[in-house]
Amino acid sequence: MPNRMNTEITGIIFTFLITVALASPLGKYIAKVFGGERTFTDFLNPVERFIYRICGIDPNESMDWKQFLKAMLTINMVWLFYAFFMLMYQDKLPLNPDGNAGQTPDLAFNTAISFVVNCNLQHYSGESGLTYLTQLLVITFLQFVSAATGIACLVALFNGLKEKTTNNLGNFWSIFIKTNTRILLPLCIVMAILLAFNGSPTSFDGKDAITTLQGDAVQVSRGPAAGMIAIKHLGTNGGGWFGANSAHPLENPNYFTNILEMVAQVIIPVAMIFALGFYIRKKKFAYVIFLVMTVGMLFLLIPTVITELHGNPAIAQMGVTQNTGAMEGKEVRFGPAASAYWSIVTTIISTGSVNSMHDSSMPLSGMMQLLGMMVNGFYGGCGVGILNYYIYIIIAVFISGLMVGRTPEFMGHKVEAREVKIAMIVTLFTALITKGFTALAAYMVAHHPDVAWAVKPSGWLNNPSYHGFSEMLYEYTSANANNGSGFEGLGDNNIFWNVTSGFALILGRFIPIIGPVAIAGLLANKKFIPESGGTLRTDSFTFGMMTFAVIIIVTALSYFPPLALGPLAEYFSLK
Amino acid sequence: MKTNIIISLKLTLVLLIITAGLYPLLIAGAGKAAPGGGKGETLSVHGKVVGYERVGQKFTEDKYFWGRPSAVEYNAAGSAGSNKGPSNPDYLATVQARIDTFLVHNPGIAKEQIPADLVTASGSGLDPDISPEAARIQIARIARVRNLGADKLEALVNAHIEGPFLGMFGPSKVHVLKLNMALDELK
Repeated sequence: MPNRMNTEITGIIFTFLITVALASPLGKYIAKVFGGERTFTDFLNPVERFIYRICGIDPNESMDWKQFLKAMLTINMVWLFYAFFMLMYQDKLPLNPDGNAGQTPDLAFNTAISFVVNCNLQHYSGESGLTYLTQLLVITFLQFVSAATGIACLVALFNGLKEKTTNNLGNFWSIFIKTNTRILLPLCIVMAILLAFNGSPTSFDGKDAITTLQGDAVQVSRGPAAGMIAIKHLGTNGGGWFGANSAHPLENPNYFTNILEMVAQVIIPVAMIFALGFYIRKKKFAYVIFLVMTVGMLFLLIPTVITELHGNPAIAQMGVTQNTGAMEGKEVRFGPAASAYWSIVTTIISTGSVNSMHDSSMPLSGMMQLLGMMVNGFYGGCGVGILNYYIYIIIAVFISGLMVGRTPEFMGHKVEAREVKIAMIVTLFTALITKGFTALAAYMVAHHPDVAWAVKPSGWLNNPSYHGFSEMLYEYTSANANNGSGFEGLGDNNIFWNVTSGFALILGRFIPIIGPVAIAGLLANKKFIPESGGTLRTDSFTFGMMTFAVIIIVTALSYFPPLALGPLAEYFSLK
Repeated sequence: MKTNIIISLKLTLVLLIITAGLYPLLIAGAGKAAPGGGKGETLSVHGKVVGYERVGQKFTEDKYFWGRPSAVEYNAAGSAGSNKGPSNPDYLATVQARIDTFLVHNPGIAKEQIPADLVTASGSGLDPDISPEAARIQIARIARVRNLGADKLEALVNAHIEGPFLGMFGPSKVHVLKLNMALDELK
C-alpha cells in the first residue's frame, strides 16, 4: 500500500487510543460526581443549589423506578410540545437573518421528536430549515437535555446495581441537573473553543455573499455553530448545523477537528462503562463489558476500513486510479480510512453525525453501519448504550440459567419471568418497528408508486433496486436506534416519512429506556442472595462471550432477511 | 404529577437560559479572539475577498486547477453530497462522463492516471481540497494554457502540498483556492 494509506491507518489507531486514554479518568470522575464524592468541580455546588431552590427540587428525595420514570417522562413531554411550536412558528420569531420559513406541522412533529429522543434525524437542511433562534433554543438545548436524560436513566440502573436491596434509584432531577453542569457543559466549553480556533464559526452574522476567484457569485451560510457542534458530539446527538453535517468544512474544518469530533462522540459512552465499574465497585465486570463491546466494534470496523480503502469496483472498471480509495461522498482532508472509522463509531454509538455520505458507502460498509445501529449496544449512545447492553445481559443470564438448569441470578437477585418478559418485549419490539415500517414503505413503493400524495412513493428513492431498499431500511433502523444518520438520498421530508419515522423514533427511545430501568428497579427490590459456588459469575470472560453470542444470535435472527435484500444483494451484484 | 409538571416547566426555563443562552454567548465571545473573529476566515486578492478559506469553490476554466465535482455546485448557501449508491447505473454514467470530459481537456493524459477524487463528488459539495495526484495531473494542461514551464508548476504544486496532521496522521492534500491564487501570481 502507498505511504498515504499508512498515515490514514495510524490516524484512526491514534484516535481510538486517545479515546480510551481519556475515557478512563473521565469515568472515574463521573463515578465520583454521582457517588457524591469530592471533585474539582465542587465550585458548582452553589449553582446547583440555586437551581434546586428556584425549581422547588429536593435533591435528596428518593425515587423508586416508577417515580423516576414519571419525572423523566413528564419533562420529556414538556420539551416535545415546546419544540413543536417553536419550530412551526420560528419565522415569526427573532434571530432569523436568512429569512427562513417556519416548519410544516409534519416536519416540526418529526424534528421535535427526533431531538427530544436524542436521535437527530433531520428531514431538513440546517442552512434553510431552521433559524439561529431555533438552532440554539430548540436544537442545542435539546441536545444537552436529551443526552442528560439518557445518562440519568443509566445512573438509575447503576444505583439499582449498587445496593443489595433498595427501592431508591436516586433522584432524577438531581442526577439530570448534575449531568448538565458537571459533565456536558464543562466538556462542551473546552471543545467549542477548540473548534472556534480551528475555523468553525461562532458569530451571529447571517449568510455572506462573495464572488469567487473564477468570478462566480455564491453565498456562504454561517452562524454560531461551534457550540452546537460540541454538544452534538459529546451528547451523542449528531444533528448537524449545516446540511452536510460534519462533512461540511465549517463544521469539521481539518484533520485535527475530525479527531476531536470522533473522540468526543465516543468518550462519554466509553467513560460510562468505566464509571459503572468504579461506581458499583465491580471493575472487572466493567472491563469485560468494555472488551466485548470493543471486539464487537472491531468486527464492524475492520471490514469497513478495508472495503473503503479498496475503492468502488464499478469505478475501478472504468480504469481510473483509486489510490485514494472510494471517494464518492467523502472529503479529501479526511480520506477513506477516517471516514470509515467515523461511519462505524457514529452508528454503534447512536451519534448519527457523518463526515461522509453513508448513502455512497460501499454495500458492505453500509451493512456494517446498519448492524452497528441494529445492535445499538457496542458502546451505544449516552447512557442508553449500556441500558441496551443490559437487556442483552439479562437474556444471556436467562439462557445461561437454562443451560445449567438453575434459576438465573444477576448480581445476587433472581431473574424471573417478569424481568425476562420485559427484556424480550424490548428486543422483539425494536425489530418489529424497524422491519414493520420498512415493509410498509417498500410495499408502497412496489405496489402504489403513483398514489396521489404530495411526494409520490415512486419519487422517494434516489437510487434504484437493492440500494433503494437499503435507503428505506436505513431510515427506520436509524430512527428506531435513535441514531440520526441517514442514507440521505431518501426523499424524507413529506408526511409519510415524517409521521412514520416520528413514531419509530419515539417508540425506539422510550421502550428501551423504560424496560431496563424497570428491570433494574424490580431486581433491586428483591431479596439479596449471597454468592455461592453455584452462582453464575457475570464478571467472567466466559459470560462476556456468552453475552456476545446472544447479541450475534438475536441480531442475526432479527435482521438477516432485510440485510440480505438490501446491502448483501447489492454487494453480490456489484462486479 | 402536578409537582412534576411544575418542576419540569421551571427547570426547562433555567436550562434554556444556561445551555441555549449563556453557553452560546460565551462561545461567541471566545470566538471573537479566533482567526476571522468567529465569522469564518476569508482569503483576499489585492484587498478583495475571493473566498472563505475553509469553503471550496468551483473552477471550470482550463487556466485553473480544478477541484472536485460538487452536488451543490459549490454554492455554500447549502451543502450536500450526491447520495448516489455505488451500483447506481445513472451515477456510474455520470462518473464516466466526467472521465471523458477530463480527457478532452487534458490531452496526453491516460485515464489510468486520473485519481478518483477528481471524478467523484465530495460529501459536503464544498470540499476545498484535492489529492496531490489530482493537482499534478493537471500541470500539463495549465502549463500549455498559461504558457508556463511545467517545472515551475511542479514546484508550485509541491509547495502547496499539506502533509498529514503532525506528519503522521491522515492524508496529504492540496488546497485548490490557495494553489490557484498562487498560480495567478506566477509570472
